[in-house]
Formats: sequence, C-alpha cells, structure tokens
Amino acid sequence: MNIKVISPGPLTTVQDLGRYGYQRYGVPVAGVCDAYSARLANIIAGNSEDAAVLECTMAGPTLQFEGEGLIAVCGADMAPALNGKLFANSEAVEVRSGDTLSFGGLRTGLRAYIAFFGGLSVPEVMGSRSTYLKTAMGGYKGRKLAAGDTLGTIWQPRPCPSAEGRRADVFFEPKEVYQIRVVMGPQDDMFTREGIDSFFYGTYVVGPAFDRMGMRLEGPEIKSAGGSDIISDGISMGAVQVSSGMPIIMLSDRQTTGGYAKIANVISVDLKILGQFKAGDKLRFCAVDMARAQDLLIRENRSLRGLKLWLDNRPGQER
Amino acid sequence: MTEKNAAGVRFLPAGDSAVSVEFGNEISEEINARVAALDEAAAAACIDGVRETVPTYRSLTVHYDPEKISFAELCGRLGGLMGELGESKDRPKKVLCLPVLYGGEEGPDMANVCGHSGLSEEDVVRIHSSADYRVYMLGFTPGFPYLGGMDERLATPRLASPRTVIPAGSVGIAGIQTGVYPVNSPGGWQLIGRTPVRLYDAGREKPILPEAGQYIRFVPVDRARYEEIEREVEEGRYEPIYDEAEDHGPGNDTAENNGPVHDAASGGQAAGKEGSR
Repeated sequence: MNIKVISPGPLTTVQDLGRYGYQRYGVPVAGVCDAYSARLANIIAGNSEDAAVLECTMAGPTLQFEGEGLIAVCGADMAPALNGKLFANSEAVEVRSGDTLSFGGLRTGLRAYIAFFGGLSVPEVMGSRSTYLKTAMGGYKGRKLAAGDTLGTIWQPRPCPSAEGRRADVFFEPKEVYQIRVVMGPQDDMFTREGIDSFFYGTYVVGPAFDRMGMRLEGPEIKSAGGSDIISDGISMGAVQVSSGMPIIMLSDRQTTGGYAKIANVISVDLKILGQFKAGDKLRFCAVDMARAQDLLIRENRSLRGLKLWLDNRPGQER
Repeated sequence: MTEKNAAGVRFLPAGDSAVSVEFGNEISEEINARVAALDEAAAAACIDGVRETVPTYRSLTVHYDPEKISFAELCGRLGGLMGELGESKDRPKKVLCLPVLYGGEEGPDMANVCGHSGLSEEDVVRIHSSADYRVYMLGFTPGFPYLGGMDERLATPRLASPRTVIPAGSVGIAGIQTGVYPVNSPGGWQLIGRTPVRLYDAGREKPILPEAGQYIRFVPVDRARYEEIEREVEEGRYEPIYDEAEDHGPGNDTAENNGPVHDAASGGQAAGKEGSR
C-alpha cells in the first residue's frame, strides 16, 4: 500500500520504538514519545509492536491511500475520519485505493499514532526507522512529513486481516491533575529535604517549552544542597532533570548524557501519560519502589502480548 | 534504593530500566579506565537482558529489560564482574589518528589561541598535535568525543559570542578542553583547524569512529594532503588510521614525554605517513 501525504499536519514523523545500541556513541534513542500507544496501534493493525508508525503532534495529517490495507489510530484523540466518516481511536479500519484519512481536531492528549498493516517502509539507519530531527537521521529523509511525500508499507506474505473485532480500550483519560509515579535517583541525594518535599507536595504545570526532547515544568523550586551540576552521566527516558531548581522531564530525543542532576525517573508504565502532556497540563509526582515499577512494566508487556495473541488467533478473520 | 559495594562503587537507579554504576565523583583517567574495564567485562559476560551500555566520565549506565533481569539481579551480576577487572595499564592503547589542516580558513581562531597563549602558530600546532587525547566519553551530538589531556599552555576561553554553525570536522579549544565536531553544530569553541575525516557517517559500516576509552591524535597535514583525503572520504576510499601501540601508562600523555609514542614502529609510520605529505 502507498500513502500519499495531502497535508502533513504541524509535526508528523516516522518513528519506531527507538534506535538502541548507539547511545554509547552519543546517538539519541529518538523513537515514539508514547510507546504504549504506538505498540497498541501496531497490534490492532496486525503488526509486530515495533513496526514504524506515524507520530502526529497537535494535529493530524490528511493522507490518501493507494492499495488495500488496515490502519489503526491510538493515543491522542484527534477525531480521525475516513472519507469524512468519523471512527474511534484504538479500532482497526480497512482502507482501499482512493480513501482519504483526515483528522478533525485535537480533543484529548497531544500525540496520535497511525499504524499501517505491514509497517512503514523507510530505510533503517543504525537498526531503526525512527526520525531524529536534529541531525536529520532516519525516518523519511530525516525530516517531518511534507505535502506531496509518498510512503510505502512493507509487503507481507500473510494476508491483511479484516478489521472485525480488532479493537482495544482507550487508556487516556483527561484529568485535572495527573499523578505521575517515579523511582528516586540517580542523584536524589543532591537535593535538600525541603527540595524533595516541594517535588512531592507541589503541583507542576507543563510549560510552553516542550518538544520531543523534553518538557520544562513550572512549580515550586526544588532546592539542592550545592547546586545541581554533575559530571555528565547517562540519561534514561523519563528522567526528571533539575536545572536552576526547575524540573525538566526528558523524552525520546533527549541527549544520551547530561550534566544536570536527576532527582527521579518516571516509571515506564507512566511514560504513556507523559507523551500526551501539553502546555498547561498539571501533574503531581509520587514515589514507588523499584520492584513495584518493574512489576507494573512486566504486567503491561504481558497484557499487550496477550492482546496480540488474542487478536491474531481468533477464527474467521480472513478478509 | 542505592546499593553500594565494598569498593565504594554505587549502583544508582536511573529509572526502572537502567542503572548507573558510579565509580567516583571526579574526572580522572584512573576512574575512567575502571568504567571502560567494567564496560568491556559486561560486554564479554553477555548478561541476558542488558540492552546497551553507556560509558561516561565516571560511571557506566547500563540500560536493561526488567522483564529479563531485575535491578537487584543486575547489580549482583555487575558487582561480581567488578572483582575481576584488569588493571588499566595492562590494556593496549588504541589511537585514532586524525589528519588536521591547522590555521587559515579552517582554523579561523588560531590567532586568538596564539594571542592568549603567547605562542607562535608553529608551537600551537606542535603542542596540540603531539599529545594523545583520551576519549572519556561520547555525547552532546552523535559522535562528539569528550577529550582529556590537553597541554594547559593552549587553554583559551570560549568565544564571547558563539558561532551559529561550526562545520563538521572542526578542531577547537574551549578552556582546558580540546575537541572535534562530528556534525555541523552551533558552539563557542576557538577553532584552530579541521579534519577531512568524518567522525560520523550514518551510511558507513561503522557509523561513528571514536570510541570511549580510546585515544585521538591530531596529525598536521598540508592543504594538498587535506584535499586528497577529502576526496578519498568523498569517494568512500578513506580508511581511518589507528596506532595500536603498547600503552605507555597515563603518565605519558603530556606533550613533553609523548615522543616515544611517535617513535614506536607502528606509531611512527602512521604519524609519518600523514606528516610527510
């Protein structure tokens, strides 16, 4: 199937689960900001979890299809429609030659993921199809999509499944104040008791400076004992870095290493909420222990694998 | 949550899928060598569940899959490797030799460095090119090496107003640091020359040349040789030059006593090859 970009939306890029194995060379992981939604979209569209998808920020693109296929949209609700007819997020949709996918407007969240049966076909760069915009690496010509671009999907030896019954629950619910769970460290010992109290008892607001690299929060100052500069070390997805007393949460396009202390790190299962934050959203942090965080991640992985097994192995899904 | 072993090494959680093994809180060749040694040992041990490792100045960040190995198990495995780490002086020293055209258009801030240091351009080039600089880590942009070991006589403050674009390959000085830019990026470094070698090339089998724990040596070349190498790089014919001399120990990294490295059989060849043209 070919996909023609009629209008690209403000920031639509090709992403997969990220470029691993090259952080030691300073190559950022990149990849989707909300991995859960991307994995879910892939599973619903009949793909493996790590196929390349489109990540659409703030508003969706308008796309026209050539050939038959199956698609799914997950994450932010941007009112997706096929040939003008609205359909729900997290539900497979069959498409045919000449069909047009468009989006009404942003209702919840920030980033929507469009998965296409077979996965998007762009060359792998260092083992990944993710776009890293800053050095124009990977994805579709290293850049965000533009009108007139044409993308293809990877040909599959198996038949494209029917859309029948291929759906999942929508996880994202808008809240007045979101609760974000963290594990402490690696540099929590650099902050004063008062600083740690502000971090946990304060309400933080996502500031206007947010992108795929990170989001700056505004709220009570997190005081450190002797400044928050450190000798650079590695940075994980969801690291809560503190500079000048204010937290910045690191996302997909973060640098591989950095010189600011990290008070805590958002747990993996809550990264999907981070990926949907936009300016003005409010959050509070709460700590969980390592064993709990890892157990939650293992359960989430199992549930996604369970969903895939169930969707792919039901009888009578030939189209 | 932090676990600490007998040798004072700290296992710091960096989220639920990474741990930073911290060997100390200073920038030193000795600590960095221990980071490199654990990195190597961890790679050799092929620990199931380890996704990748990121060596930095004084710690090794290990990214892992908690579904395959828990935080406690991983710390145990890494702690177990720690007892068997070899001494850094036993390890062979691998030097990436980068041809550099110093001064002129390629090194527009050479005059600043000469003015600040009171040295002639000839001396700046001689001193800058006669040390082997340890690659402590890579970061900032793909392929950017954080180098240590510059002769302090060359130390020059950053430019008052940074350039918006520094061309890839630029060799510069900022304070007591020297470095080389793998990709076009903004920055305030004093630029003294440029290498035609691409430190980063996504299409190459080995996309990034510098490796943490190795060394970089800058080898002066004239314009004719610079342009020749530039063409070789362009046509994909250029093979990076390495000097794999025996390690002379951390004490030999200063400009004054670096002579033996250049005189060593393989080193002399590599350096001579670039230098003579």
